[in-house]
Amino acid sequence: MRRYIVGRLLLMIPTLIGVAILTFVIMRAVPGDIVALRYAGSSVPQDVIDQKRHILGLDKPMWAQFVDWMTSISHLDLGQSLWTGHSVIDEVQVRVPLSIELAVLATLFAVALAVPLGVVAAVKQDTWIDYAIRVFSIGGLAMPSFWIGIMMVLVTLTLWGWAPPVVFTPLFEDPVANLAGLILPAIAVGYRYSAVSMRMTRSTVLEVLREDYVRTARAKGLRERIVVVRHALRNALLPVVTVVSLEFAFLIGGLVVTEQVFNLNGIGKLLVDAVAHRDYPLIQALVLLLAAVFVIVNFVVDMIYVVLDPRIRYA
Amino acid sequence: MLRTRLAPVLALALVFSACQQAAKPPTTTVSPSAAGGEKPVAGGTLTFVVNAEPPSFDGHRETTFALLHPIAPHYSLLYKFDPNDLTKVIPDVAAEQPTVSADKMTVTIKLRQDVKFHDSTGMTSEDVKATYDKIIFPDIAKGVTSPRAGAYAVVSAVNAPDKYTVEFKLKYPSASFLTNLASPWNFIYSAAKLKADPRWYEKNIMGTGPFLYDGNTKGQDWKGKKNPDYFGKDKDGTKLPYLDAYKALIITDANAGVTAIRSKQAMIEFRGFTPSQRNDLSAALPNDLAIQEAPWICVNYVVPNTTKKPFDDPRVRRALSLAVDRWTGGDALSKTTIVKDVGGLMRPKGPFAMSDTDLVKIAGFGKDGKANKDAAKALLVAAGVPNLTFKFLNRNIQTPYEPVAVYLIDQWKQVGITATHDVKETSAYQADLRAGTFEVALDFNCDFLDEPDLQLAKFWSASKAGKGLNFAYYDDTKLDGMIDAQSRETDPAKRVTLVGNIERYAMDEMAYQYPVLWWYRIIPYLKTVQGWKIGSNHYTNQDLTTVWLKK
Amino acid sequence: MARAEPRAVSERATSAEDIAKRRYLESTGRRRFVRFWADFIRRRPLGTAGAVLIIVMLFAAAFADVVAPYDPTAINFPDLLKPPSPEHLLGADNFGRDVFSRVIFGSRTALLVGFTSSLVGCTLGLVLGVASAYLGGRTDQIIQRLMDVLLSFPLIVIAIAVVAALGTGEDKIANVIAAITVPIVPRVARVVRSSALSIVQMPYIEATRSVGAGAIRIMFRHIAPNVFAPYLIMLTAFLGQAILLEASLSFLGLGVFEPTASWGLMLRGAGMQFLEQAPWLAIAPGVAISMAVFGFNLFGDSLRDALDPRLRTG
Repeated sequence: MRRYIVGRLLLMIPTLIGVAILTFVIMRAVPGDIVALRYAGSSVPQDVIDQKRHILGLDKPMWAQFVDWMTSISHLDLGQSLWTGHSVIDEVQVRVPLSIELAVLATLFAVALAVPLGVVAAVKQDTWIDYAIRVFSIGGLAMPSFWIGIMMVLVTLTLWGWAPPVVFTPLFEDPVANLAGLILPAIAVGYRYSAVSMRMTRSTVLEVLREDYVRTARAKGLRERIVVVRHALRNALLPVVTVVSLEFAFLIGGLVVTEQVFNLNGIGKLLVDAVAHRDYPLIQALVLLLAAVFVIVNFVVDMIYVVLDPRIRYA
Repeated sequence: MLRTRLAPVLALALVFSACQQAAKPPTTTVSPSAAGGEKPVAGGTLTFVVNAEPPSFDGHRETTFALLHPIAPHYSLLYKFDPNDLTKVIPDVAAEQPTVSADKMTVTIKLRQDVKFHDSTGMTSEDVKATYDKIIFPDIAKGVTSPRAGAYAVVSAVNAPDKYTVEFKLKYPSASFLTNLASPWNFIYSAAKLKADPRWYEKNIMGTGPFLYDGNTKGQDWKGKKNPDYFGKDKDGTKLPYLDAYKALIITDANAGVTAIRSKQAMIEFRGFTPSQRNDLSAALPNDLAIQEAPWICVNYVVPNTTKKPFDDPRVRRALSLAVDRWTGGDALSKTTIVKDVGGLMRPKGPFAMSDTDLVKIAGFGKDGKANKDAAKALLVAAGVPNLTFKFLNRNIQTPYEPVAVYLIDQWKQVGITATHDVKETSAYQADLRAGTFEVALDFNCDFLDEPDLQLAKFWSASKAGKGLNFAYYDDTKLDGMIDAQSRETDPAKRVTLVGNIERYAMDEMAYQYPVLWWYRIIPYLKTVQGWKIGSNHYTNQDLTTVWLKK
Repeated sequence: MARAEPRAVSERATSAEDIAKRRYLESTGRRRFVRFWADFIRRRPLGTAGAVLIIVMLFAAAFADVVAPYDPTAINFPDLLKPPSPEHLLGADNFGRDVFSRVIFGSRTALLVGFTSSLVGCTLGLVLGVASAYLGGRTDQIIQRLMDVLLSFPLIVIAIAVVAALGTGEDKIANVIAAITVPIVPRVARVVRSSALSIVQMPYIEATRSVGAGAIRIMFRHIAPNVFAPYLIMLTAFLGQAILLEASLSFLGLGVFEPTASWGLMLRGAGMQFLEQAPWLAIAPGVAISMAVFGFNLFGDSLRDALDPRLRTG
C-alpha cells in the first residue's frame, strides 16, 4: 500500500508541473506585451516602461521567465498583482476563508441531497418517484447555478423582503450572520454539484441491490431497511466518493459564477475581477492555484479510497 | 409520465406575483435634507457603499471617485467647496481668501496656524509647497504621476516665503486658477514624508483631515475614526466632525449596493443610482428613505478617430452626430439609467451652458429626429460612404456605457451605418484609446466644477496640450487659440459667448467630438443621514465634516 | 439499399456478445436506423422529450427570422419594460426590445457556439483517444499525461483563462468557442480511449494489421466507427455543457456583448438590474438555457442507455 501511495504522490508531480507549464503558456498567448498594453501611448516615458518590464522579468527569454516563476512559487511567492499592487498571496489570503467555507457548505448540501434521493430513487426504481428524482437531478445539471442564485434572490426578496447580508462575517465572529450570507449561494452551487452524485448513488445502489450478498440478506429475512442501509449503502458509498471528487470541478466552476451573483468576496470573484482588469500575474497565479487544489483534492480522495476499499490496500 | 418541473411552475407564480408588484409606483417624495435645518447631534458611525477599490491611496495620482469616497476624510485641502453652498469656495487649511497681486501674476495665501498632521506634527507652508510641487511639477523619473498637472500649466513656481504663507507665481492672469485650488484631489501632504519618499502616500495615509485612518480590509471595507485634534469648527463653535467614525463598504456589484441600503446595512452611496434602483428602494423603504437628485458634470463623448479614414472627413463625423436623436434618447434612457439631459460641451443649465434655442441649431442637437437622420444619410452619400461600417470601442461597464452604446448603435443603424460593439476592459480600452488604434470610441469626462478650462481640456490639439486627453487626434491651431482666449477672459458674460463659439466650431463645423447625453445623479439614502448636500459631481464635499446622524 | 460493409468478425466467435454483434451488424443500414429510433421513442419517454426540446430549439434557431415577431435589436422606447402581454409574449426589456424575439435569436448564439465547440472538441477528443489507444506505448503515455494536465483545470477556469489570454470583443467570438472547446477535448479523449482500448484488443484488429493495413486506416475505418456510440453520447452531453459555458462566460462579461442576443448576456445586464421591476427579464433566458441543456442531457442519457447498457450510470 505504501508503494501505491508513493506512486500516486510521484504521479502528482509531473501533473502539477504540466499544469504550471500550460498555465504559463496560455497566459503568454496574449497578443502583445502586457506592460506595453497597459501604458500604450500614455505619457509614461519609455524608460519607465522598460523598467517595469525588467521588474516583471519580461525581457528574459521564455524558459528563463518560467524558471523564475517556478522558483518564486517554491518560495510561496506567487507574484504581485498589477492591478492592486499587493502580493498575490495577500489577495488570496483575504478571500480564501470565504471560498473554502462556501465550498464546504455546498458539498455538505450536495451530499445531503444526493445520497438520500439517490437511494430512494434506486429503491423505487422505475416508479414515478424515480422519474421525478431523475428529472430533478438533471435540473441541477441543466440550470445554470448563477440563474438559480438569481431566482433564489428574487424569491426571497419578493416573498419575504429578505436579502442575505452584503458583508461577509467570519464564522467565529457571528455564526448566524455568516451562515445567513452563505446559505443561498451554498444551495445554488450545491444543487448543481449534487446532480451527478445523485445519479451515481442511484446506479450503484441499484447494482449493489442485485448482488448476491444482498439477496442472501433478504433471504435471511432481514428487514428491507437494514438490507439497504447496512449492506447496500456502505458499498455504494465508494463510487459516490469518486464522483464527489470528480465533480469537484463543478464546485469550483459554481463558485466562480455564484460569487458574482451574490457579490461574495471570494477566490472566484477575484479571478473574474482579475480578468476584467487584465491582471495577468494574478490570473496566472489563480489558475495555477485552482488547478493545483483540484489535483491535490483528487489525490486526497484517492487516499480515502485506499482506506475505504480493502481491495486496493493489498494490491 | 409525470414531469414535476419546479422551475416553470415557480417561474409562472413569480411572474404573476411580480406583475402585481411592478405595477406599484414609487411612493416616496423627494425630500432633500437641508444642511442647516435642525441642530446637529454628535456621535455614530456612518456606513456607506463604495463600488470600487482605490488603486492606490494617493489623491494626486488617481482619478477615480473610488479613492475620494473612503480616503478624502483623512485629508484637508487648501480651499474647498462650502458644504452648505456648493457653489462657494471657502478656506480649508488656508486662513482666508487668497490675495491676488495687482498684476494678477502672484497669488498669496495665508495659512492657518492650528493645523496638525495625524502624527501630531504641525502643518506649515513647507508642507503646502511640497504638496503643490508634487502636483504641478511631478518627479516623473521617480515614477510620480500627476494627471492634473496640465490644469496648473499657468503656474511657474510655488514659494513658501514664511512659515504660514504660500505664494503661487503665475505665467499669466487666470480666471480659473483660484477655483482650481479647491480641487478635491489636492490633499495636503507632509513635506517630511514626501522628501523621504515621494511615493510614500501611494500606500500610506497621514493627513490633516477630520478622520484618522482606522484600518482597511482589501476588497471589503475602509474605516476612519474621529480626529480629536481637528481644527474645524461649525458656525456655533462646536468641534467638527460630528461623526465618531465611518465605514466604507467596498461593494463592487451595483445590485448588491442597492441591497445593502435596502437592508440598512449601509446608509448611503455617494456616486449615484439608476432611476429603477431608486424606485426599488422607495418601494421597499417607504418611510426611511430620502432622495436627493441633481444634474451631474459627467458626460459621454462620441470620439471619431480623425487619423482613420473616413473619419478625417467632417461630413462623416457630422453625420454620426446628426443620426443620434438626443432628445428622445434622453427622455427614454433617463428612465432606466443615469443619463438625462441634452447639452453641449458645458453642463446643461450650468453657468456656461448654451441656451436651448442656440443648442438646437447645432448638428445633432435639433429636435426633428427624422429630418436630422435624412440629413445624415445625405452627408454620408456625399462623402462616399453610404453604408459605413466600423468598430465602436467601449468600456466594459454597465452603467451607463452599455445602454448609451446600444442606443447609439441602433440610431446609426437607422441611417445605414453598421457599428459593431467592441467592448473591452478598462485597461485594454484605455490602451486602445492611447494608441489610437480604434475607429470610433465612446469616451467620457467627469469634472468637479463647471469650468470651461476643465471641460475643454480634451479639445486642445492632440500633439500639444491635448496630449493624453484628446483622443480624436486632431491638431487645430484655430481651436487652440479660441480655448486660450476664453481662458484669459475675465469677464464672465464675454466668456460664455466665447465658449459658445467654441462649441459651435468644435461640435458642428468641424464635428471633432461631441457629447451624447449628460449624466444625472440620483442619491437615495436612509433618512438618518443629515448634513450632506448633493452637488454637481461626486468628487467634492466628501470629507464628511458636516455629516451627522439623526437618531 | 445500402448494405453495411461486412466486418471481419472472426468465424469462430462463440460469445453471445459476438453473435449479437454479428446479427446486429448484418442487418441492413437503413432498417436498422429506423428500428432503433422507433424503439427509442417507444421505450424511452424522457429521452424522447429531450429530443423534442432539441428539435424545437433547432427549429427556433434555423427559422428565427420567421418565428420571431420582432427584430431582436430593434429599440422601441414606448414599450420600455412592459410586462408580458399579447404584443410581447415574454415582455419587453429596458430598451423596449421584445424578450421573446431575443430568446429565439439567443438560441442561434447558443447553438452556434455550442455546436462548434462541442463538435470540434469531441472530434479532437475522438482522434486523440483513438490514437492513444491504438498506438499505445510512449505515444499513449504522452497523450494521457497531456490530457491529465488539461483535466486538472475546472471547465470554467480554463475557459476564463483562454478568454483572458486571447481577449474579448465583437470579432473575437472564435476565442469564446476556442475557450469552450479546450476543456472538452480531454474529457472526451479519456472516455474514447477506454472504449477504444477494448476494441483494439479484439482479434480482428490484429487480423487487419497482419494483412498490412496502415495504422491510420485501421484507426479510422475500424476503430473509430466502433466507438461512435460513446462519441455521440459525449457530443450531446457536451453540447449541453457548452451552451451552459457560453451562458456563464457571457454572464461574467467574457463572452458576447450587446446588442447581440445571448441568453447569458440577457441575464447579466437587464436580468439582474431590473430583477424586481421586471422579473421576466431574468426568468425567460434562464428557463431557455435550462430547457436547452435539459433537452440535451435527457436525450444524451437515454441515448447512452439505448446504445450501450454497459455505460449506464442511471
